[in-house]
Amino acid sequence: MRRDAQAVVLLLVGGGMLRLAWTGDYLDYVKPYAFWLIVPAGILLVAVAAITGVQAWRGSRETDDGHGHGEPKVAWLLLAPVVGMLLVAPDALGSYEAERTGTVLGAEESRSSYPELPDDVDPVPLTLLDYAARAIFDEGQTLEGHRIQLRGFILYDGDEPQLARMVVSCCAADARPVKIGFDGEVPADLEPDQWVEVVGEYSPRQGRDEINGELVPYIEVESITAIEAPDNEYQ
Amino acid sequence: MPHNGAVSADLADDTGTPAPAAPPRARRRGLTSIEALALLLVFGLTARPGLTDLFAAPVAQAWSARFVAVCVQAFPFLVLGVALSAAISAFVPADFFHKAVPKRTALAVPVAGVAGAVLPACECASVPVAGALVRRGVAPAAAFTFMLASPAINPIVVVSTFVAFPGNPEMVAARVSASLLAAVTIGWLWAKLGKTEWLRLPQHRHHEDGRWAAFWDAIRHDFLHAGGYLVIGAAIAASLNTLVPETWLAPIADDPVLGVLALAVLAVLVSICSESDAFVAASLTQFSPTAKLAFMVVGPFIDVKLAAMQAGTFGRRFAARFAPAAFIAAVAAAVLMGAVWL
Repeated sequence: MRRDAQAVVLLLVGGGMLRLAWTGDYLDYVKPYAFWLIVPAGILLVAVAAITGVQAWRGSRETDDGHGHGEPKVAWLLLAPVVGMLLVAPDALGSYEAERTGTVLGAEESRSSYPELPDDVDPVPLTLLDYAARAIFDEGQTLEGHRIQLRGFILYDGDEPQLARMVVSCCAADARPVKIGFDGEVPADLEPDQWVEVVGEYSPRQGRDEINGELVPYIEVESITAIEAPDNEYQ
Repeated sequence: MPHNGAVSADLADDTGTPAPAAPPRARRRGLTSIEALALLLVFGLTARPGLTDLFAAPVAQAWSARFVAVCVQAFPFLVLGVALSAAISAFVPADFFHKAVPKRTALAVPVAGVAGAVLPACECASVPVAGALVRRGVAPAAAFTFMLASPAINPIVVVSTFVAFPGNPEMVAARVSASLLAAVTIGWLWAKLGKTEWLRLPQHRHHEDGRWAAFWDAIRHDFLHAGGYLVIGAAIAASLNTLVPETWLAPIADDPVLGVLALAVLAVLVSICSESDAFVAASLTQFSPTAKLAFMVVGPFIDVKLAAMQAGTFGRRFAARFAPAAFIAAVAAAVLMGAVWL
């Protein structure tokens, strides 16, 4: 690979990362804090591209790049993530993945007490992971007497709709869903991947995720409203 | 996908605006790489609707999301690693390491292992840094111990392990001790049995233009090189994550021996960054604590992404011997420390 082609590849990789950061699409793949990693790395790569480009333009290439065969051919593969970032631009992982992966609860498990929910907020917004942990490890003690508001997307466990959200610890490659079942009247026309806001109360009912045998808590549904997908679909 | 319409325009913008990237004059020598690249770009832009259709299937969407995610997460650490490695090559005087590292390899290895704690990054960064150390004359045994220990015992990893296993600090102690033990074992093993002819380090040119030219040149070369291998690893990891159903794990989890082996193999296959593997390990609740420990000790030592990068940095003959040794040492150390701590 010649110097000028190297400059273009470096520019595409660096520019692609900066573009993800600029548009906010990076949140489909990594955690919010990764912004502060992606931007400096992207800037550095663009700088390397610029310097390489200037060298190539000045024609100051040492003949044949020093050792005969130039740069490794493997560098061409860097175009694959560029195609992924700029052309394919896949959406955040959703119901397809969640239906194939067991629900998570693990990391929250051994907390000994859960803080009381505020009395002056109604309904109380909670993350799915927080609700599930309170419902299962604390038998819903802190949830009783509150109306709860949850936001997630719809997936189907067989015929039964469930609420889910992907939990990401590092990047989307390790995304795992947390799932919550619906108790009570549920609209029949829920589409998979539709984002909804659920208001309801704690239900003592529990089910099991067939994939990994983990407990799945339920919520007594009061209302289900369709909403726009949030900027950061992961948790 | 809200941004669809704008993407091709942006891409054209990306390639077009910054002047240095598109040098006007090309010397004729068949199809040059810049022309091949231009053809690929034109093809990419015209084939975009086709690409979108091809990747509309949910499996393909999930695969490409994971692939892009691994790349986007790993590139910054790779850039950090190659920048550090380039700085070592260009600015640290060659005799510095002769003075700083103990003369006797047997002593240098544990020192290098503990020194791994100062590089707060994941394994993508430590591979090129180890390459630079070897090139700078550090004993390979010590450099490999540094490479293995650093992503497992640095402060970020220790804190994230602590957070992932709340109220369970034994897990942190077990992880750090098992990783150090295995890394030092591998270093000593290399000092005894390793042969330098297995190593094929890509040579860096000597620069008359000064240190900065050498610095930028090393970054460019190392990123293109290691980045290409990282892409191979990311593609394998994305495929396995997407295609291997989790239900296969459940029956294995109940057996204590199979459970440890299964999570050790899983760590190799899924190639999760060492800064977050503790959270994933914690969520694998069906498995025993020792199995989770094995997952966290093996992951930073060897996985498909790392094996590809090590093959790129040190040569294939090296990688073919190093990968199994690192795997066995990591599993053995995890089982031992699991028995001590957990």
